[in-house]
Amino acid sequence: MPVPSGAVPTPGAGHPGVRRLAALATLALAGCEGAPTYLRTSGYIGDREATLGWVLLVIASAVIVVIAVLVPVAIYRRRPGGSNLQREEGGLSWIYIGGIAVPALILIGVTIFSLGVLREVARPPSGPAMTVQVIGHTWWWEVHYPGQAPNDLVTVANEIHIPVGRPVRLELSTADVIHSFWFPQLAGKTDLIPGQRNVAWIEARTAGTYWGHCAEYCGRQHANMMMSIVADSPAQFARWLQDQRRPAAEPAAAAIDSGRAVFTRSACATCHTIRGTDAGGALGPDLTHVGSRRTIAAGTLPNNVGNLAGWIGNPQALKPGVIMPAVPLRPAELHAVVSYLHSLQ
Amino acid sequence: MATSAPAVPSLTLDERLRHIWETKPGLFGVLGTVDHKKIGKRYLVTAFVFLLLGGIEAAVMRLQLAQSNLHLLTPEQYDQLFTMHGATMIFWYAAPVLSGFSNFLWPLLIGARDMAFPRLNAYSYWTFLLSGVFLYSSVLVGQAPDGGWFAYTPLTNSLFSPGLNLDFYALALIFLTVSTTAGAINFIVSLFKLRAPGMSINRIPIIMWGTLTNSFSIVFALPSLTVACVMLFADRRFGTHFFDVSAGGHPLLWQHLFWIFGHPWVYIVVLPAMGIVSDALPVFCRRPLVGYTMVALATVTTGILGFGVWVHHMFATGLPPLAISFFSAASFAITIPSAIAVFSWIATIWTGRPVIRTAFLFMAGFVVLFVIGGVSGVATAAAAFDQQLTDTYFVVAHLHYVLIGINLFPVVAGLYYWFPKMTGRMLSERLGYWNFWTMFIGFNLGFFPMHISGLLGMPRRIYTYPAGLGWDTVNLITTIGAFVFGAGVLLLVANVLWSRVRGAPAGSNPWDGPTLEWATTSPPPPYNFAVIPTVGSRHPLWEDRLDEGARSLVSEGPALDEEKVTVETTPLDGQLTDVLTMPEDTLYPLAHALAVTLTFYGLLVRSPGLGVAGLVLVIGLTIGWLWPTRRELEEA
Repeated sequence: MPVPSGAVPTPGAGHPGVRRLAALATLALAGCEGAPTYLRTSGYIGDREATLGWVLLVIASAVIVVIAVLVPVAIYRRRPGGSNLQREEGGLSWIYIGGIAVPALILIGVTIFSLGVLREVARPPSGPAMTVQVIGHTWWWEVHYPGQAPNDLVTVANEIHIPVGRPVRLELSTADVIHSFWFPQLAGKTDLIPGQRNVAWIEARTAGTYWGHCAEYCGRQHANMMMSIVADSPAQFARWLQDQRRPAAEPAAAAIDSGRAVFTRSACATCHTIRGTDAGGALGPDLTHVGSRRTIAAGTLPNNVGNLAGWIGNPQALKPGVIMPAVPLRPAELHAVVSYLHSLQ
Repeated sequence: MATSAPAVPSLTLDERLRHIWETKPGLFGVLGTVDHKKIGKRYLVTAFVFLLLGGIEAAVMRLQLAQSNLHLLTPEQYDQLFTMHGATMIFWYAAPVLSGFSNFLWPLLIGARDMAFPRLNAYSYWTFLLSGVFLYSSVLVGQAPDGGWFAYTPLTNSLFSPGLNLDFYALALIFLTVSTTAGAINFIVSLFKLRAPGMSINRIPIIMWGTLTNSFSIVFALPSLTVACVMLFADRRFGTHFFDVSAGGHPLLWQHLFWIFGHPWVYIVVLPAMGIVSDALPVFCRRPLVGYTMVALATVTTGILGFGVWVHHMFATGLPPLAISFFSAASFAITIPSAIAVFSWIATIWTGRPVIRTAFLFMAGFVVLFVIGGVSGVATAAAAFDQQLTDTYFVVAHLHYVLIGINLFPVVAGLYYWFPKMTGRMLSERLGYWNFWTMFIGFNLGFFPMHISGLLGMPRRIYTYPAGLGWDTVNLITTIGAFVFGAGVLLLVANVLWSRVRGAPAGSNPWDGPTLEWATTSPPPPYNFAVIPTVGSRHPLWEDRLDEGARSLVSEGPALDEEKVTVETTPLDGQLTDVLTMPEDTLYPLAHALAVTLTFYGLLVRSPGLGVAGLVLVIGLTIGWLWPTRRELEEA
């Protein structure tokens, strides 16, 4: 299972005091190394949301501690004897102070702070470097990088590359049901909703690979609708985009060539596109450079020869309910197709 | 505790009143009773059965999630389980269980002999039961709803969910709203018209403020759900396009309609439960509630504000920041009335002399759980952070602290408190002690770690998760805690079953309670009170000792022993205006509910014959039900 790496676990950039508390709490989470927590973030939006989150969690914890102490003290405190009914109407000051004044003060502060953060993350501090279009499908992600010319359009799946330190504008839409775009360490969620194009933005502070998940229940394989963001230096990113723009590589060996033939002749080509070949289906992910991706089946499996073979041979076993059917291939054909796909770097 | 003198009716009066009010023995009596006490107890038992069903569903899910990559359930089974779990708990347990308490207590609290509309009361029970049976019949055909309890379109339209699953969902909910609406109207009218003379509106117990607010919220919020479900069913079956983008509809319409209903519903299922605590806690603290007026006003305020926060369920849908800001601020503001209630309870404990019984333990535990569920709710009100929290396990933790902490814990407290009144026997305190600590520890062990798994990035509604994301340990702890909690709930069931037969006799007022229900015997006679009491304060049975100068009359007053009648009073001041004739036992409510069931099955299986037959029966039975009796004709 691919796990976020490189995303340096520094707590939200914020207040030093908050950061110290964050470090303490991080210790408590030590058993959960590698978790995609939104309290240890590495992006402009995520950092600010994490700071807000820590403030809220610290206040919440303090309130819980106060009440959890107050209740038993109230019960067991020493009091004058006797168990007769009491008449006195005292106690109202508890409500005035604890029930109204203190919470009102805290809430006003928190509201102002929280609405400030909301405003701050609504727009990037500088104009976005580029636009990426994300289209949700049951249960995978289609990603477009529009170019200058229509032919420059790059289409990939489930793996988004972005330049580190640059705001990237996201246009989010869906091909079927509602999904939600979420990279916990980079930014909160934005839904992908039929009939509207939601715009969000994202910026990674540190180079690395980030884990993302669909965050709106979308049916059988909602659990396996994952994706990743690879944040690279601007130069590496430009090279990657250049590579992706090229059509698929010509087979370098006979075995691979026969794999291409099987692919384009069989049912594979009705759903998948491999640019530079006859395969032009549009239902499933574009596989032009599938060999360069880290995972297959929307983050379900690491991308290697064994998993590719297992996936093509019986997708329903690995991701029950997935739309991709098992394509009846003889072992030799399966082997050839896998070699071919693996070669598409 | 001291026991105040019960109102012992003279034998002849008792016999006369029994003759008028007692449900006839035999099958007719079982099916035709309109006695609010029987109906209330049925509500409670039925709601607890749904609680156990939902609990079993939860237990199976927790096994599946105990570790990463488990294959106990298929994704399809998991989706059906979490949908049924949510729908069962929210719709068929949380609100009906409170209706159970209110139904049993309402006339007893206000010194009346039944609800304003006893037949409608029976009808709301039967429709509640039959709508639940209708929902669960989906399990028998293997097509239980699987779109989540919130059923977002377009996932739930006929293209993406072609089976009967979502038809069961939409129809069962429409069916249930009939029951809930009828119940709400009954509570409102009974409260405003049937209170004992002298019981002005500022003398009613807090549970009545809670249920009154809840009933008005139901009347205004529930139509939104009904309409949404009708639209969903029409889209699925009749080709309408309410939520269909390609024909000018929009899926967000569903979300708005659902949450305009959904958020008030949260308060619908907690306000009466908070009322249980506000009324029962002071009894164990040996003093009146601190700040009655403030708590009553806070209750009503919460109900009203509850209508202005629904968009906080939709912070990630791409709404403009300005709109989000308003709903975020409103969601922060709703904290204040809750804080008022919390500090009223703490002040009541602090300034009182607590008598620690099981009911008290559940209420004291509830105060802590209430605060945990409250402050995690405040975190979700902060829109920018909510965009991270939403749809993670943090929200699952939050909503369980609300629904279990603020609904189930007070419900169990209420059961320990009023069980003696319902059955004449005490629940075992020894078993109760174990019951409380098992539930309290199990609950926190199971549900507190869900906050952590949420903060670690675990999304909701996933049937499995990969290893290596750091979620295994917290999930294992959650599963263990959930089973401990489940064992605690079973202890409660065991206590009820045992104590019903073997419990110590209760007497009419075992806790030395201050309100009218403790003035009659346990269990109360069919006619509730031998004489209609006159109320002079909030604490009719404590007046002599509180020395407030007020004088209620609980053992003297009109007996009304010639006909099946109860008194009518003015809505605010409770001044006697009239005497109302109450209906006899009847099979119409049950027959009508069965006819509605038939109609819904007709709709479900696309059978015009069945549907039309059901509808004809519904119309015929409605006419029969409303047909005036000879006496009514004579009076008219």
